[in-house]
Amino acid sequence: MMEIPYTVKPHPVTGVYNGKFGIWLFLASEVMLFGALFSAYVLLRVGADTWPRGSALLNVPLATLNTMLLITSSVTMVMSWASLKVNNFGKYRFYFASTIFLGLAFLVVKSFEYGAKFEHNHFPSTDTFYAIYFTLTGLHGLHVLGGILVNTYLLSTAKSMWNRDPEHMTNRIECAGLYWHFVDLVWIFLFPVLYLL
Amino acid sequence: MSVQHPLEHRHEAPGFWRKYLFSTDHKTIGIQYAITAMFFLLFGFALIMLIRWQLAYPGKPFPIPFLASLLGEARMVSGIMLPEFYNELGAMHGTIMIFLGVVPLAVGAFGNYVMPLQIGAPDMAFPRINMASYWAYFLGGIVMLGSFFVPGGAASSGWTSYPPLANIATQGQTFWLIGMVFLITSSLLGSINFIATIVQLRAKGLSFFRLPFFVWAQFVTAFLLLLAFPPLEAAGVLQLMDRLFGTSFFLPSGLVVGGKALEVSGGGNPLLWQHLFWFLAHPEVYVLILPAMGIVAEIIANNTRKPLWGYKPLVYSVLFLGFMSFIVWAHHMFITGMGTVMSTFFQATTMIISIPSVVILTSLIISLWGASIRYTVPMLFALAFLPMFGIGGLTGLPLGLASSDIHLHDTYYVIGHFHYVVAPGTLLALFAGVYYWFPKVTGRMMSEKLGKIHFWLSLIFINGVFLPMFFQGMAGVSRRLYDPTTYAYGKVVQPLNIVMSYSAWLLAVAQIFFLINLVYSIWKGEKASSDNPWDATTLEWATPTPPPHGNFLTPPEVYHGPYEYSVPGRKTDFLPQNQSE
Amino acid sequence: MNESPYGYWLPIDISTHGYQIDQLIALLHWFMGGLFVFWSAFFIYCLIRFRHREGHQASYRLISGKFSKVLEVGVIIVESVLLIGFSIPIWASLKHDFPDAKEALTVHIVAEQFSWNIHYPGRDGVFGKRDVQLTSPSNPLGLDRKDPYGKDDITSINVFHMVVNKPVIVHLSSKDVIHSFFIPVMRIKQDAIPGSSIPIWFEATQTGKFDIACAQLCGLGHYRMRGEVSIDTQEAFDQWMLQKESESEQASSEETHQ
Repeated sequence: MMEIPYTVKPHPVTGVYNGKFGIWLFLASEVMLFGALFSAYVLLRVGADTWPRGSALLNVPLATLNTMLLITSSVTMVMSWASLKVNNFGKYRFYFASTIFLGLAFLVVKSFEYGAKFEHNHFPSTDTFYAIYFTLTGLHGLHVLGGILVNTYLLSTAKSMWNRDPEHMTNRIECAGLYWHFVDLVWIFLFPVLYLL
Repeated sequence: MSVQHPLEHRHEAPGFWRKYLFSTDHKTIGIQYAITAMFFLLFGFALIMLIRWQLAYPGKPFPIPFLASLLGEARMVSGIMLPEFYNELGAMHGTIMIFLGVVPLAVGAFGNYVMPLQIGAPDMAFPRINMASYWAYFLGGIVMLGSFFVPGGAASSGWTSYPPLANIATQGQTFWLIGMVFLITSSLLGSINFIATIVQLRAKGLSFFRLPFFVWAQFVTAFLLLLAFPPLEAAGVLQLMDRLFGTSFFLPSGLVVGGKALEVSGGGNPLLWQHLFWFLAHPEVYVLILPAMGIVAEIIANNTRKPLWGYKPLVYSVLFLGFMSFIVWAHHMFITGMGTVMSTFFQATTMIISIPSVVILTSLIISLWGASIRYTVPMLFALAFLPMFGIGGLTGLPLGLASSDIHLHDTYYVIGHFHYVVAPGTLLALFAGVYYWFPKVTGRMMSEKLGKIHFWLSLIFINGVFLPMFFQGMAGVSRRLYDPTTYAYGKVVQPLNIVMSYSAWLLAVAQIFFLINLVYSIWKGEKASSDNPWDATTLEWATPTPPPHGNFLTPPEVYHGPYEYSVPGRKTDFLPQNQSE
Repeated sequence: MNESPYGYWLPIDISTHGYQIDQLIALLHWFMGGLFVFWSAFFIYCLIRFRHREGHQASYRLISGKFSKVLEVGVIIVESVLLIGFSIPIWASLKHDFPDAKEALTVHIVAEQFSWNIHYPGRDGVFGKRDVQLTSPSNPLGLDRKDPYGKDDITSINVFHMVVNKPVIVHLSSKDVIHSFFIPVMRIKQDAIPGSSIPIWFEATQTGKFDIACAQLCGLGHYRMRGEVSIDTQEAFDQWMLQKESESEQASSEETHQ
């Protein structure tokens, strides 16, 4: 009976374990997804007669706060993984929970932003600018939400996993981290494109 | 050949659910894919058989009154098909055949079952993701089937779903989009798994240039799925926003539909959809054809009893095809008002992409030189693939050059072209694969006699369906016409439609031989002479039959290239990859 | 013309540019046919000569690659010639060498589900304004008759009159979904895309009445979105214009009476 190799240990040639390889592939496809949407944004904007300045319509201070929240959450994410690397489970738990909390805070701020827009009768159907704004930030928000859900699951099973197979556990956090950094990176693009330009 | 392996007893026997339905074993998942995909192929074929009546005898009542009344008055009024229903059938035929039939069979079934065995892996890299991929596909299929029963019927704007038509279409279009999101998710999960498995789990000694060509084909295909599908997902999200939240991504200002101004903000661009769609859909063509080429290469090497001619050129060609397929998409859009610069670029890339196809076809044909050809049933299908794919590929040239495309664009010439690639091309190759790997899956052979009847009838009638399309197209008959005799030139070539329709129905009859053979052979077929009944060299034949969970009894080690047949100075005419000498 | 213009291959060509397209299609099919016959001959020869027989063994050795190299280089050369020598120049001339607007008949064609609206500028040669708000069953184009330029404009549904041996410039657009304007005998096909107006030109070399087809799925009536191009002599065309003018005057006077 053969077992699947390299589920935990890195492959001698590629230097990565299966999960890490898989998450990179997944991120490649995500790049194509957001790349296509950014292209759509460019095409629509170039084709439009007039295009509003994002800063005139959107709440830049709130978005700046959100940018800070996400960047901080990326830092705590790295710290949580690094804590596992040095076998400090308690610190991991603190940093990882902070990451989840910061992600939630991001969504709460975002929902206030959305709420204010709806109050002023600005909907996706209002014009092309709002359409692309709601679509891009909405899709990004779903990615944040997905990350939070998975991270919460990982946190809830962390203790038993850590006791059983600490290396596997560390790998999982590394993969979750890669995804989280990507989601952060998307926002770093979205923020200037939608709010500032 | 062994029916029962002592090894199986070592593990706790999984329950019925885990073993047959929610299995994570790549072989079970492959079989699940195969059964589901074959059902959808039959279903999609049935849709087109309905259409073929309307095309052969426009406006005449359907000859099977029972079926007509079963379909109901909303689709058939006193036995006569309505144009709305015709458009539903057309759109869903394309969608089902491509996304629910051919790709799941070529990639989901053959890729899943055969690829891990050929690289000597115990399973896929991510077995649970593999299972999720199948169930996402299954759900997508359910949503697509279910869309026939929503008010207004299924999607009816063609498999290409061009807006604004698709934007203002009935609810079925929303179902189509949601179904596509499931199918895209499935492909995404599948492709990540395929690439990771091929890169990480190859057996010891199995370097990339010792991989069977089929694995290469699956490898490139997986990359196409991974990178080309997300833009369609993006397009699908935008169209869903348009349909559900009233945005205007694909709607320009000032639209008047049915005499009423459309109440939308406008400012969108209908061509945006086409760019995003074809960015997927051209690589998709190669997703449909590459696995077929892989299957054909395996079977040709095995039945010529000699190494493939030009293994490395084949590999480089398939890599180059994969890369180029991302930069040819706008050749589907020449007549949208494209200028000279853009059309020159896309014509040039299209001509360039034809070269690796020529290399592949030529290599496979030259592989026959100096052979000792066994005319087994899989070999017959594999050989027939070559000229059929030749026709399909060559007829792409007049469509790939913008100037000749002016007359031929969106005519039946296009339909003939891509069907020759996908139907007489890929489908024949998939049949070849079924006959070839059947003994690995079941331990029994399929009937040679029934197989030959199936082959000859299929070959004749499939050409009867598609060859006349080139003449219709030349005459100017547009695709997707409910009644082609509306036009004077359509009337002239109408007799062709009758020939094509009878060919299609007889083609269906020919498939009965296949179905009988398939079902009969599972239980009553002649037992395979050994674990390796075709005297093949690749690793899938080095496992017990059927392969147990975990595939190999001991981790295999590879010492040779994939096609060491008729090596001089040996007793047998094949040298398995895992045989050390 | 007694013979049918249509058959099992290309229909007759009555445009000034169409012969180039036909030539390209013919060359391509000779090339494709040649390559296919060559491949098939080699293929069938192999199938017979190298079939499995008693005492015959496959050879492990592979033949040299000259044969395929020659073939591939040949294909590259032929495709390059067809691309650079034919397709690109034909396309460029269709896109750039527009006839002088003074010499040509200019019309707007606006597609809708499921008909072709043809808009002539009338005697003043200037198109009147069209406004979405004015569209009605009797005025599908939404032509503003109050606009000074619009008073003399002529409209026609599904019947497109043009003059033989005189170039036509058509500005093509659509009110609702994407349609495609296709005249098989004229080797002309162009998508009509809502939100944009795309110019095309062509010139007919003989008179007659021929089909205009919609080549892009546009809904349930796609199949019956058939128009007719009537290629007239200059005299017949002027006659038709006069008749149309009086019809529209009559219509507008009735409108003012109401």
